[in-house]
Amino acid sequence: MTPTTRYLIFALWVIVLASTPLWAGNYFVRMAITIAMFSALTLSWNLIGGFTGYPSLSTAAFFGLGCYVGALSQRAGVPMILAWVAATVFVAVLAAVFGAIILRLRGHYFAIGSIGLVEVLRLVTSSWGSLTGGGDGLNVPLVQGGPNVVAQTFLAAMVTIMVIVFVVTVLVDRGRLGFGLRCIQQNEDAADMVGVDTTRYKVIAYTLSAMFCGTVGAAYASWTGYIDPTDTFSILMTIKVPVMCLLGGAGTVLGPVVGTGVYMILEEILWANFLDYNRAILGAVTVLLILFLPGGLLRISYKTVLAQLAARFNRLGAAA
Amino acid sequence: MSDKILELDQVSKNFGGNHAVSAVSFALKEGEIVGLIGPNGAGKTTLVNVITGVQRASAGRIHFDGLDVTDQRPFQAARRGLARTFQIVQPFPAMTVLENVAAGALFGGAQASRAEATAAARTHLEFVGLAAFADRPASALTLSGRKRLELAKSLAMKPKLLMLDEVNAGLNTSEIDGALTLIRKIADRGVTILVIEHLMKVVMSLAQRLLVLHHGQLIADGVPREIVDDPRVIEAYLGGKFAKRVKEMQHG
Repeated sequence: MTPTTRYLIFALWVIVLASTPLWAGNYFVRMAITIAMFSALTLSWNLIGGFTGYPSLSTAAFFGLGCYVGALSQRAGVPMILAWVAATVFVAVLAAVFGAIILRLRGHYFAIGSIGLVEVLRLVTSSWGSLTGGGDGLNVPLVQGGPNVVAQTFLAAMVTIMVIVFVVTVLVDRGRLGFGLRCIQQNEDAADMVGVDTTRYKVIAYTLSAMFCGTVGAAYASWTGYIDPTDTFSILMTIKVPVMCLLGGAGTVLGPVVGTGVYMILEEILWANFLDYNRAILGAVTVLLILFLPGGLLRISYKTVLAQLAARFNRLGAAA
Repeated sequence: MSDKILELDQVSKNFGGNHAVSAVSFALKEGEIVGLIGPNGAGKTTLVNVITGVQRASAGRIHFDGLDVTDQRPFQAARRGLARTFQIVQPFPAMTVLENVAAGALFGGAQASRAEATAAARTHLEFVGLAAFADRPASALTLSGRKRLELAKSLAMKPKLLMLDEVNAGLNTSEIDGALTLIRKIADRGVTILVIEHLMKVVMSLAQRLLVLHHGQLIADGVPREIVDDPRVIEAYLGGKFAKRVKEMQHG
């Protein structure tokens, strides 16, 4: 796939998501918002988990932190968009500090360290009642207007964030940073020996991957109007985002977007049709996909698959 | 003083109570080819690791090109022109051969852009004879190909000093001859080379000077012919039989 094809596919997808209010009901608009939101999270994760090969499980930590920074800023009277920017900056700074500490760990150790951040922040948020409202959660000032206006506002916001993260991904992928990150992913010691400042590169990648989770979190808080610790620092989210990315193809530019789309649509279909077993089925599908498609959907050579199918079909025809 | 590119002053490295390198001092002159030999476990690779900052020296100072580099990190060593190849080759396996070399050019050789780095990488691949494999993944190369790739990668970093850690281990005789020609060609460019080897044939034919390491201590430093006559070296490393054979070869 040439870069131009990739960008065209992405542009088409953006148009499909952004135009849902024109051709579909509120259910689909809501789904488009969620897809755009998760795409932004997955693209973010891809920078550290895909390009750099560090299996971070801290997405929900930065998302939740963004929720609270955004919500508290808005409650203090800061305008909505500025509150989102504040959340982005705050999360970026925290991620840089935290990254400098835990990026010394590798592999599974790093994964466990990064998931620790989610739990610690959830506990701090639950316990620090005077600031965060604790388990009662926080109300966020609602956007004025009818349900359609609100939906369209947040659709525009989430799609914009998704596009920004995509552009960042493309720039990283084509530049010096992306090349260095790929070297680290392939062989960190060798990367160090050819002159890549591995610590700095990893911290930059981790910070980039965290900051937009903060933006998404703040936007989510404004959208739903209410946040609480278990909803925002959710272990399920921290696992789901890497799974979506792996499904599409970690380390590719388009993979996170494809993976998120396929996963969310699959989840929605299963949810609607198998109310009791949808989680189990989704789990089984996920395990099978990762076992048999370790490189993700984008790494399949569709030409080979079609050729094999055609050959099998011909053999069947000849036998009959 | 100024023609010394690398100078070690009483450098030691301990792992707990194990003295892997103890109080080693030597200097390399610019443009020299020096062999570093010693039996297995003598501390050769540890010494290279300490020089390149992979491991920090427990004591002593290291000067490179007039700069105290004792506490440098590996990426800084690479940027300062201190390149090394690994005993166990370390490619970026899923990248192409060309990208591997371009990584060296971009980060270690301070090329301004990826396009320039790629262009530089092509000339280095031609130099080591891997141009035909440029677009193949590095994992598809044979062992001798991977060693050449390591060389090309190091050259792309524009080194002043190149340390070759067992670059000939695992190669057959004709491949070794090819590698020796290549190393001489690199030396002709004015790069100082430290060859870490246990193949006597390689160091004897390449090096102008030999350093012998045994139990982490530098036990000899001199021209190859004197080294093989040195009783301590014979005792520690060569074994009497081999030393005698070398002597016969030289006199007869």
